[in-house]
Amino acid sequence: MTHTEHADHHHGPAKGLLRWVFTTNHKDIGTLYLWFSFIMFLFAGSLIMIVRAELFKPGEQLVNPEFFNQLTTLHGLIMVFGAVMPAFVGLANWLIPMMIGAPDMALPRLNNWSFWLLPIAFTILISTLVLEGSAPNFGWTFYAPLSTTFGPPSTDFFIFSVHIMGISSIMGAINVIATILNLRAPGMTLMKMPIFCWSWLITAFLLIAVMPVLAGAVTMVLTDRHFGTSFFDAGGGGDPVMFQHVFWFFGHPEVYIMILPAFGIISQILPTFTRKPLFGYASMVYAISSIAFLSFIVWAHHMFTTGMPVAAELFFMYATMLIAVPTGVKVFNWTATMFRGSLSFETPMLFALAFIFLFTMGGFSGLMLAMVPADFQYQDTYFVVAHFHYVLVPGAIFSIMAAVYYWLPKWTGHMYNETLAKTHFWLSFISVNMTFFPMHFLGLAGMPRRIPDYALQFTDFNQLVSISGFIFGASQFLFLFIVIKTIRGGQKATNKVWDDPHGLEWTLSSPPPYHSFATPPDVR
Amino acid sequence: MLLRWPVLLRLFIPLLAFFTPNAWADYTLNMTKGVSSISSGIYHLHMTILWVCIGIGVVVYGLMIYAIIRHRKAAGYQAATFHESTTIEIIWTIIPFFILIMMAVPATRILIQMSDTSNAAVTIKITGHRWFWHYDYLDEGINFFSYLSTPEDEIKNLAPKNAHYLLQVDKPLVVPVGKKIRFLVTSKDVIHSWWVPALGIKKDAIPGFINEVWTQVDVENPGIYRGQCAELCGAKHGFMPIVVEAKSDSDYAQWVAEQKKAQAGANVDENKQWTLDELMERGEKEFNMVCAMCHQTSGKGLPPTFPSLVGSAIVTHPEHKVEHIRQVIYGKNAMPPFGEQKNDLEIAAIVTYERNAWGNKTGDVIQPSDVKKVRAEHKK
Amino acid sequence: MDITARKRVKKQVMILLMIVIGMFAFCYALVPLYSVFCKVTGLNGKTAGQTEYVAGKVDKSRTVTVELLATLNTSLSDKSGEFRPIHKKFVLHPGEYVRTSYWVKNLTAQPLVVQAIPSVAPGLAAEHIKKVECFCFIHQPLNALEGKEMPLVFTVDPALPTSIKTLTLAYTLFDVTHR
Repeated sequence: MTHTEHADHHHGPAKGLLRWVFTTNHKDIGTLYLWFSFIMFLFAGSLIMIVRAELFKPGEQLVNPEFFNQLTTLHGLIMVFGAVMPAFVGLANWLIPMMIGAPDMALPRLNNWSFWLLPIAFTILISTLVLEGSAPNFGWTFYAPLSTTFGPPSTDFFIFSVHIMGISSIMGAINVIATILNLRAPGMTLMKMPIFCWSWLITAFLLIAVMPVLAGAVTMVLTDRHFGTSFFDAGGGGDPVMFQHVFWFFGHPEVYIMILPAFGIISQILPTFTRKPLFGYASMVYAISSIAFLSFIVWAHHMFTTGMPVAAELFFMYATMLIAVPTGVKVFNWTATMFRGSLSFETPMLFALAFIFLFTMGGFSGLMLAMVPADFQYQDTYFVVAHFHYVLVPGAIFSIMAAVYYWLPKWTGHMYNETLAKTHFWLSFISVNMTFFPMHFLGLAGMPRRIPDYALQFTDFNQLVSISGFIFGASQFLFLFIVIKTIRGGQKATNKVWDDPHGLEWTLSSPPPYHSFATPPDVR
Repeated sequence: MLLRWPVLLRLFIPLLAFFTPNAWADYTLNMTKGVSSISSGIYHLHMTILWVCIGIGVVVYGLMIYAIIRHRKAAGYQAATFHESTTIEIIWTIIPFFILIMMAVPATRILIQMSDTSNAAVTIKITGHRWFWHYDYLDEGINFFSYLSTPEDEIKNLAPKNAHYLLQVDKPLVVPVGKKIRFLVTSKDVIHSWWVPALGIKKDAIPGFINEVWTQVDVENPGIYRGQCAELCGAKHGFMPIVVEAKSDSDYAQWVAEQKKAQAGANVDENKQWTLDELMERGEKEFNMVCAMCHQTSGKGLPPTFPSLVGSAIVTHPEHKVEHIRQVIYGKNAMPPFGEQKNDLEIAAIVTYERNAWGNKTGDVIQPSDVKKVRAEHKK
Repeated sequence: MDITARKRVKKQVMILLMIVIGMFAFCYALVPLYSVFCKVTGLNGKTAGQTEYVAGKVDKSRTVTVELLATLNTSLSDKSGEFRPIHKKFVLHPGEYVRTSYWVKNLTAQPLVVQAIPSVAPGLAAEHIKKVECFCFIHQPLNALEGKEMPLVFTVDPALPTSIKTLTLAYTLFDVTHR
C-alpha cells in the first residue's frame, strides 16, 4: 500500500448511529436520501389514502372539507419535495461517483448538510398538521390571494420549510455539477459519460436556475402577508396572476427536474436487458438539453384560463407543443433500443418498460392539455390530475423503483427475490392504471379537482379509483419488505449482477468498498 | 404463453369496443358536444387530438409490443448491434413537428373565435365569492346571488341524495338562446373560476381584475346546464355550483320582467314591524339556505370550526343581541360577512330564528330597523 | 482532489452561487419586467396614469360603448360601503371626452381610506383609455358615514383598433386604511 492510499481517513464506516449523522460518504448519504424519500412516500401516500376513502362515496364521510384541503395540499408538497426529488438525489449520490470513477462527490461535507436539512424542513412542515390551527390548505401551488390574505398562520411555517428544502436542493445541485465537471476519470469525456450523469447534470442546472425563483415566490408571499408589500394584492397595485407567473416559472422546470433523472435511469437500464446499446446516445443528450431549455418558456400553459391575451396563449400553446418533439425522440430511441434486441424481463426491465408505455400516455394527455381551447375544458379537472399522476407515478416513481431493483444488488451484495419483486411489479402496474386511467374520464365528464364531495354521476369511477388506490398503496409495503429483506440477506450478487451491464459501477464488487475509486480508473 | 398473439387479440379486441361512440354515450366517459358553437368546436378539437394521440400510440406501442413478443432472449433471438442513425433521428423529429402544426391550426382558429366578444346582446357581470356566485344583468338592472341549494342533510348522509346533488342552486343564471351573451367575470375575495362544460367556457374570477368571455347557446338547445367552480378557493370550493337556464327569447323576456318586478317589491319598509311568526318562517328559510352550510340545519355546527348555535351564549344572552346581529352582518374570523347580500329584513329574520329555534326560546324579535341601527353604529 | 482541481471547483461553486443569487433577484425583477413588457406590447389590462386633455381629435366615423363597473372587495365589505357608477354606460366617439362620477359611501362609524383599482376588458383596449381625472389616482379618504361623488373624466383614444366596439372599465374598491 502506498503512502497516499493509506492517508485516506477510515478503512470503513464509523460505528454506531452517529455514523449517519456525520457521514460525508456518498454511499451513506445516498442511502439516507433514499430511506428518507421512502418514508415520505409512505407518509404522503397515507394522507391520500384518507382522501380516497372520503371520495369513495359522495357525501361527507370521514373528514370535513377544511381538513380535506389540508390533506391534498400536504400530499402534493410532500410527494414533490419529500419523495420524488430526494429519491433522485439519493440515486445521484450513490451512482454518479461510481459511474464516473470518482472517489466521492466533489463537496462531501456540503453533501451531508444538504441531506440533514430535509428532515428539519419536513418536521416543520408536517408539524402543521398537529399544531393548533389549520395546516396549509391552499394546494401545493399556494396561489395568492388564497395563501396571502386568506392563508392560515401555518402558512409561515410552510414558507420557512420551503426555504430550507430549497437550500438543500440548491446545495445538492451545486455538488452534482462540481462532481460531474471535475471528477470524471481520465478519458471520460462528457459525451462518453453514462447518460444518467447527463440527465443529472442538466437537472442540476435547472435546479440552480429555478429553486431561487421559488424562494423568491415564497418570500413575496411572506412579505405580502406580514410586511406590507402588495406583490399579489390588487389593492396595493399588485396582481394575483403575477403569483402564478412567478410560481410556474419555477413550477414548470420543476416538473422536468422530476422527470429528467428518470429518463437517465431508463436509458441506463434498458440496454442491459435488451443486450443492445442505447440507440442514439448523442440524440438523447440533445433531447434532454432541448427539453430543459424549452421548459423555461412554457410556464403559462398552467394559466390558460386566467384571461391572458390571445397572442400570449398562442405563444405558450405552440411552445408547449414543441416539447413533444424532443420527448418523442426519446421514446422513439428507447423503442429502437428494444427493437431487434434480445430482451429479458427481470423486474428492473418490467418497470422500465412500464415507464415507457405509461409515461408516453402521460405525454399524450399533456399534449391534449396544451391545446388551449380544449384546455378550457380540462383545466382544474381530474383530467389534469390523471395527466400529472401518469407522468409522476408510473413515470418518475416507477423509474425510481426500476433503479432500486437494478442497483440494489450492487449496493447490498444480495439479489432481491425475483418472484416477490415481480409480484410487486404486477400489483403496482395493474393498480396504478386502474387508479389513474379512470381519472381521465372523470375530468372529461366534468369533475373538478380539489373537491371533497361530488355529483352522483361521478360515483362509479371514484369508487374504482379509491379501491385501486388502496391496492396500489398496500403494494408498496411489499416493496418495503423486499428492500429490507434484500439488505439483510439473499443470494450473493456478482460484480456484474446482470448479464452484461455497461458502466464503471459494475467493475466494483457487490457491495462496493466504502471508498471506491480512491485512484481513478483510466478509461481512455 | 400469455404472450401468444391469439391470447392477446382476445384480450385487446373487447377493449376496442370502448372506442365506439355508442359506448361513450351511455357512460359519462367523454366530453360532450355541448350547446354552443364554441363547445362543439372544442369537442371536435378534443376528438381530433385524441385520435392523433391514439394513432401515434398504436404505431409506437405496436412496435414495442412486437419487440417484446418477437425479440426475446428466451425465444433465442440474437440482438442486433445498430445503435445510431442520423437520418432516422431527423425523420422522426420532422414528422412529429408537422403533425403538431396540423393540430395547431384548428386550435388557433377556435381560440381566435373565442376571443371576439363584440356585438353581444346581453351582458352579465359574474362575481365569485366565498362560496357562491353573484350575477348582475347590467342592462336590465337585475342582480342576485346564487347559492348551492342541496340540503345539508343530503351532504351529511342523513337523507338520500337527489339527482342534481351538489349541482343545484336557488337562483340559476337565466339566459336567452340564440343570442350572444357576454360575461364579465371578477371576484370579491380570492381567485375562483366560472366553468360550464356545456357552454365550453371556463374563466378565472380574479379579485381586482375583470375578465371577458362570451357564449351563445344554440337556438335548438334551451335547457339547464350545470357547472362548478374550477379554482380552489377554500373549504367550500366544491360547494358553489353554477346553473345556467337557457330559455327561448320570449320566456327570457318574461323572466326579466318578473325579476324586475320582484326586485322593486323587495325594498324593505324600514319601519315595518314584523311578527315573531313571520320572522321565524322567513328566518328558517334563509338559515337553511345560507347558514346551515356551516352551522347545519340542527344548529349544531361542527365545533370547533363551525360553532354550535344551540344554547350558545351569543344567541341566547340578551346582552349579546347586538353583537349577534353584528356578527351576521360583518362576520367574524372564518365566518364571512352577510351584510351585503342580505337585506335588513333577511338578517332580522335569521337572527330572530337563531335566537328562538332549537330550544333557544329567547322570545327575542329582531326588526329590520334594529339591523339598520347596528349597521349605522358599526365600529371596526 | 489535488490543489488545482480544488481551485477549479471553488471557482465553479462561486459561479453557481452567483447564478443562484442572480435568479433570486430575477424573481423580484419579474415584477417590473412584466410592467415593461405589458406596456411595450400593449397587452395590459391596466390603464395608464393621468393624461393631458387633448382637444379636437374626435373620430366621428364610429362610436365606442364604454361600460362602467364597480365591485367592493372583501377587504371593504365587512365594513360596509357603497360603490357604484352614477352612469353605467356611455356611447361616445373616440376622442370625445366624458365627464362622469362614481358614488362611494362609508357606511361605518369610523373614517376609512379606500383605493379604487381599475381593470379593462378587452385587455388590448386598456392603453387607449385616457383619463384626465380619476378617483383611482389616489387613496380616497372618507369620514364616518360620508358619501361623495368622485369624478372621472376620460376618453377613448382614436387609435383604438376598430375591431373593438365595446369595452368595459371596471373598478374594484379596496380598503387601504392600514397601508
